[in-house]
Amino acid sequence: MNSIQRKHLVLYFFIFLFLIIIVTARLLYVMVADSKSYEEDIKDLHERERQIKGKRGEILDRYGNVLASNKTVCTISVIHSQLNDENKVIKVLSKELQMDEDEIRKKVEKVSVREKIKSNVPKETGDKIRNYNLDGVKVDEDYKRNYPYNELGSKILGFTGADNQGIVGLEVSYDKYLEGKSGNIYTVTDAFGKEIDGMAELRQEGKRGDDLVTSLDLNIMKYARQSAIKALAEKKANYVSIIVMNPTNGEIYAMVNEPEFNLNDPFTLNYECGIDKNSKEYQDLLNKMWRNNCINDTYEPGSTFKMVTGTAALEEKVVNTNSTFNCQGYKIVEDRRIKCHKTTGHGLENFVTATMNSCNPVFIEVGLRLGVENMFKYMDRLGFMGKTGIDLPGEAGTIIHKIENVGEVELATMSFGQSFQITPLALLRAACAIINGGNLVTPHFGVYTKDEEGNVTNKFEFPVISGVISRDTSDTMKMILEKVVSEGGGKFGQVEGYRVGGKTATSEKLPRNSGKYIGSFIGFAPADDPKIIAMCIIDEPQGVYYGGTIAAPVIADLYKNILPYLNIKKD
Amino acid sequence: MSRTGIVTSSRVNSSAVRNKKQKSFFDYSLLFMMIFIICFGLVVLYSASAYECQMKYGDPKYYLMQQIKALIMGFVAMGIIVYFVNYRILKFNLFAIGIYLISMFIAMLVLTPLGVEANGAKRWISVGMSVQVCEIVKVGLIIFMAYYLNKYGSKIKDVVSFIKALGCVALPAGVIAVFTSDLSSAIVIAGIGSVMIFITCPKMKYFLILLGMGVGLVAVAILAMPYRMKRVRVWLNPKKYGEDGGYQVLQSLYSLASGGLFGKGLGKGVQKLGYVPEAQNDMIFTVICEELGIIGGIAVIFMFVFMIYRLWVVSVNAPDLFGSLLVIGVMAHISIQTIINIAVVTNTMPNTGVPLPFLSYGGTSILCLLLEMALVFSVSKRTGVTK
Repeated sequence: MNSIQRKHLVLYFFIFLFLIIIVTARLLYVMVADSKSYEEDIKDLHERERQIKGKRGEILDRYGNVLASNKTVCTISVIHSQLNDENKVIKVLSKELQMDEDEIRKKVEKVSVREKIKSNVPKETGDKIRNYNLDGVKVDEDYKRNYPYNELGSKILGFTGADNQGIVGLEVSYDKYLEGKSGNIYTVTDAFGKEIDGMAELRQEGKRGDDLVTSLDLNIMKYARQSAIKALAEKKANYVSIIVMNPTNGEIYAMVNEPEFNLNDPFTLNYECGIDKNSKEYQDLLNKMWRNNCINDTYEPGSTFKMVTGTAALEEKVVNTNSTFNCQGYKIVEDRRIKCHKTTGHGLENFVTATMNSCNPVFIEVGLRLGVENMFKYMDRLGFMGKTGIDLPGEAGTIIHKIENVGEVELATMSFGQSFQITPLALLRAACAIINGGNLVTPHFGVYTKDEEGNVTNKFEFPVISGVISRDTSDTMKMILEKVVSEGGGKFGQVEGYRVGGKTATSEKLPRNSGKYIGSFIGFAPADDPKIIAMCIIDEPQGVYYGGTIAAPVIADLYKNILPYLNIKKD
Repeated sequence: MSRTGIVTSSRVNSSAVRNKKQKSFFDYSLLFMMIFIICFGLVVLYSASAYECQMKYGDPKYYLMQQIKALIMGFVAMGIIVYFVNYRILKFNLFAIGIYLISMFIAMLVLTPLGVEANGAKRWISVGMSVQVCEIVKVGLIIFMAYYLNKYGSKIKDVVSFIKALGCVALPAGVIAVFTSDLSSAIVIAGIGSVMIFITCPKMKYFLILLGMGVGLVAVAILAMPYRMKRVRVWLNPKKYGEDGGYQVLQSLYSLASGGLFGKGLGKGVQKLGYVPEAQNDMIFTVICEELGIIGGIAVIFMFVFMIYRLWVVSVNAPDLFGSLLVIGVMAHISIQTIINIAVVTNTMPNTGVPLPFLSYGGTSILCLLLEMALVFSVSKRTGVTK
């Protein structure tokens, strides 16, 4: 080797060193300085994320009895790239899940990262499938809503959909408290989407939803439901609704709308019918079945509304307990002759006896004395011009004439509860204000939420408007309404040993003369210091339809059971 | 000429001359470095290929065993060459020209039914085992160019003889480029030959002109062909073209970026699980960086630098120019492939498929490298003394 060659060799070695330094610098740049810029991409590339639902909070009654809870169910899915015996998988799945083979085959043969076969599979079935140890079949545990009392409170509790979000009822209104936060499972996969065994799974646990403690009382719910079932059967009625609540603070103890439906199977009608389950018609029937008649539907209240007319008249001092009237069996208003239910007339009576008799001509007179302005003023004060604000979705509003369209005839009919429509709950709330000294409460179920450890996380406050009527008027009304039960038209609402106040109603449904009635009764106890108020509505009863005869005994029967239970002392 | 070289270069030489027993020298540090790199390579190869082999062949050790088979053959051949064969026999016209022509003949066998087609190109022939022909050509070229330059190297003082020498290189490079459509290997072959000419040829300015012409040619080639332009665009922005030509480079960068200082741990890489195409082959360096981190990557680079350094020392002290040139050819081969391979995986240059010597999977590649190293040790053994 000559010196030039030697020099060239050294030069080449240094060129090599120079190039190696360049690529090393570049390597360091990629591995250190620039590595952050790839981080997200790499994560996206390697990790597949799977959601795990957070457990939904439970719904409890006031004593902690569980009305809605969760049970473990399984979701079955297949990962196409991991399958090694498709036919066996299809066979096993169709056998265990009782699904059509073709339907499963379609899903199994679909080339996707993960294909869901069926969710909400009972845990036992899921375990069975897991025990087959089929490659590519994944069994994930999940939670499903479970309602231990099936039909009890179905129209207030509501239910949840496939992904566990509330669909109707309290499940909707308190969804954001009940729903847990979803967690994620991150798994590392190879380039073909196959999960790598032995690679650490990163679990980001979901958060459990809060429990909702309601004002409901499981025992009262059960009693109320029994009473409703009995009345429904006896009267072959369309439906029977019962609301039981605390008149002083608006807490609802029970709200029954019989027939109820099974919350664990809400997408099946609670009666036989030959309609295809997937049809729109069937869906409409389901929607109808889920309706809560106490708040979603309106009706003409009839005579129970006389409580409101009477209260307004006393408050405006257009009558007092000694005011006397003469009922001839009818009253002529403008060109109309409006009959009393006792066509021979009640004769001479004072305001108290007129209420006991539920005398229409007297209340027409009272209403006319009151005038349109005052009538509307008190309807507004007692909450009829807005909604009650109950914590359930879909509450209906009042349907009423515009004030400028109300003439003498309309005012006369309004006085005894006709020619406008309200929800049963709106009337019950007004009754609460009338007997509790003038506080317009908000009927509600939600009391507070708590976390898993029992710490209160949210306390719910509901508005109360106090002083909508005077205490004197309230006391007078209680006295009159007690007499309605003890000596008047509501005598079947009497409970032995207790002072019960109340008012009955029999309203003829529209169109008139169809022979369809609604018999109803509102009763409270003890009459002088009400601790509980209840309302019963029987829609389209067969046979006798008078509220005093059919609805009042339902409440009386209920009270016989729950007044001792509530520790209300006998008088 | 070579004798004087040793005398002037090595002060220790005088003692070597004095002590006749020391005349047989063997470069053990180079041998151990090579064995270490090979063993390290087997571990990384297993890590890189186990998953894919399990899926493809149902045997995670499939590639590993293939590689070990080639290594055993290589070491046996190496032992025979180092102990029984004097490298100087390759100086005979018959051997040097014969090997040169035969290597090219073997390359052309891809056109016969012996050729094995993969990914649309015939680069292998099947003779009981798969042989990657370009590796044979590299060995043939190194031997022939050492012979040719030993004879005419210092006489390359005019353009004609320079072009003649270039022609000797261009012929096998052209054979590989044309018959196997393997441009990357053709470039490596041209590079090996050019480096050998560069070191022997006294006229540096020819090379500067050649370099300038080369750059111009590349520029023209890129501008003339839209698909080459696209490669450049991919090179400049692999993220943007991740779905469209930049996939391999992008995956390679992902591997490097997820390595960190010490890596994810041997065997724990994810990118080899089907993300990086050819993880066990051209992309083996990305597996090293992902699993062993910056430390692992730099360590590997140092191993190669050390190896090149030792090859330089052996070539400088070789007993004759022919020996020097053989070692220079091997050094050029290893250094060019190392630089190109790492430059590609770090996206320092546009993507081109060149394996990393000793580490990448490939039986012919490792076998030929061991044959080349056998020549190096044969030279080293006959060196009077290295320092």
